Amino acid sequence: MLKIKNLHASIEDQKILNGINLEVNAGEVHAIMGPNGSGKSTLASVLAGREDYEVSEGEISLNEADLIDMAPEERAREGVFLAFQYPVEIPGVSNINFLKTAINEKRAHHNQDPMAAKDFLKMVKEKAALVELDDKLKNRSVNEGFSGGEKKRNEIFQMAVLEPKLAILDETDSGLDIDALRIVANGVNTLKSKDNATIVITHYQRLLDYIVPDFVHVLYKGKIVKSGTKELALELEEKGYDWIKQELGETIEG
Amino acid sequence: MKGKMEATLTKKDAFLSNLVAGSSPASKDALQQLDSLEFPTRRTEEWKYTRVAKLINSRLSFSDKVLDHTPFKIDGLDSYLVVISNGTVVTHDDIPVQGASITLEETSSTLKTEDIFTAINGGYEHATLCIQVDKNVILDKPIEIINIVDGNSTIAQSKILVVAEQGSQAHIIESYYSTEQGMAFTNAVSEIYVKENANLHIDKLQYESEEHWHINAEFVHQENNSNFTINTITLNGGTVRNTLNIKVDGENCETNLNGLYILTNKQHVDNHTVVDHLKPNCTSSELYKGMIDDAATGVFNGKVYVREDAQKIEAFQQNNNIIMTDQATMNSKPELEIYADDVKCSHGSTTGQFDEDAVFYLRARGIGEKTARKLLVAAFAEDVLNNINNEAVRQQVNSLLKERFGWEN
Repeated sequence: MLKIKNLHASIEDQKILNGINLEVNAGEVHAIMGPNGSGKSTLASVLAGREDYEVSEGEISLNEADLIDMAPEERAREGVFLAFQYPVEIPGVSNINFLKTAINEKRAHHNQDPMAAKDFLKMVKEKAALVELDDKLKNRSVNEGFSGGEKKRNEIFQMAVLEPKLAILDETDSGLDIDALRIVANGVNTLKSKDNATIVITHYQRLLDYIVPDFVHVLYKGKIVKSGTKELALELEEKGYDWIKQELGETIEG
Repeated sequence: MKGKMEATLTKKDAFLSNLVAGSSPASKDALQQLDSLEFPTRRTEEWKYTRVAKLINSRLSFSDKVLDHTPFKIDGLDSYLVVISNGTVVTHDDIPVQGASITLEETSSTLKTEDIFTAINGGYEHATLCIQVDKNVILDKPIEIINIVDGNSTIAQSKILVVAEQGSQAHIIESYYSTEQGMAFTNAVSEIYVKENANLHIDKLQYESEEHWHINAEFVHQENNSNFTINTITLNGGTVRNTLNIKVDGENCETNLNGLYILTNKQHVDNHTVVDHLKPNCTSSELYKGMIDDAATGVFNGKVYVREDAQKIEAFQQNNNIIMTDQATMNSKPELEIYADDVKCSHGSTTGQFDEDAVFYLRARGIGEKTARKLLVAAFAEDVLNNINNEAVRQQVNSLLKERFGWEN
């Protein structure tokens, strides 16, 4: 589904990604871990199309379609979803209006009629229940005055409504208490199917107890330096990232 | 030598040279005041950010040309209509309601002012539009005052006197348009009395051309239990200066001043407000918001005085601005002067860039960039526009926003 080949990206002339290769198939969950500053969030931003980053080399394709030249909104309509690490507060734009606009722009892109108000409200109700989102929050301004946990749940709620092919969760677990983490993970697991894929970006192994990955990749200095199965995450949790750095140093020197 | 003769004229004399002075006692009073007043310079604190040199160096004249107001009538608004063309009232509806009237009268202003433009208005104005709403009369329809000015170096001076007697209620909509490009100057003055328990609501729409100068001053006097609201929506105009002077001279009054200004190119819009709380137990609230694009400049100067006897005052003042480019400028100066000790006052001013993170967030959900920006701008403006409670007026604002900025609401 997603193919990343030799991806290089920089921001303000500072190189952050140095040749990433990654292939994610439908039905899979991939975890990307790595120490702070390794480029995890940059990868998420580049996939979503943030224009502050410049892709200098490499390819990204989603179901054979080239993503790099697509605007962020086109990528979203093609099925890319980024759950933000820091969801943005947007005063004056109601959550529900925002979602209605988003879903109808996506439908228009796929030559579908706008959703009937009744169907939309019914769908929203079901999806909100999935992440136990308080009914009142739907009518409030997007993320304004939401607690950290509510913001993250709102991200997963939006994901449920938009039904992406590829969901990228950028440090969705950071700052969540265990109850909120369970709710978020439960939402993600319920949405998982054989037709979609999920990339979970995290610093901590804890989230992966709840969202079990098929593959784990370690990102370091803008490159994937190690890949494995979920056991790799446990090993990282136990030994920390220094172990990877050492191993890497040895390989380079040896 | 001719050149020498002109050099001996003062700037004021030169500016006034083409104008015909009024002959009423009030006009003569104003002319006398004018004698001792000078045009503001950059050293005049009240005009620090708004330079009028270009205006006062121009030679303006009155025009009695009657312009067509029909394109500017608010769609779907059932109103009592007044049309002011190049500063002269050319038509005004009669109000069939007993105890309410719109009349034209000889200037009778008793305003004592330090403001030179107000004095010019008084000295060189020939009739005052008088709106009288008697005791306990609730006006059934809004009064719609359409001001239209051409672009032929015309000076359009209007004077409005509103008296809302005890227990009365009225809604006035003032709109200002240019019929063509070209320089012109609107110099408008309003004198407003909101008496005991009266309720007056004014919506002001400003949409003159980018070469147009517009200076207006409103002098408002509120008595016990009265309620005064004014919404000033500035969507076009070259240099615009709005001054609101509100004397809250009664207890339990409510005062609401709201403004929205959306500026492009080299526009300059200056909102000055003074709310003077003289008596206790009143609430005043100000919300001014602006978006400043290109090389435009916005000014907000809001003063709130709470006098010694004015205990239990709640005064709120907020000014929020979005600067769209590096060349755009905003000067924001909220001021509080409090002489009473039991009051609740707050003021705040924010000026920032367009929130690009919010744009990206919306786009990342599939919303196109244009739509995303419009959503954000509409959201920013909405809490000001929500104070316009007449649907037809709100629609008029929306259609002006669409015409000028391509916004769809």
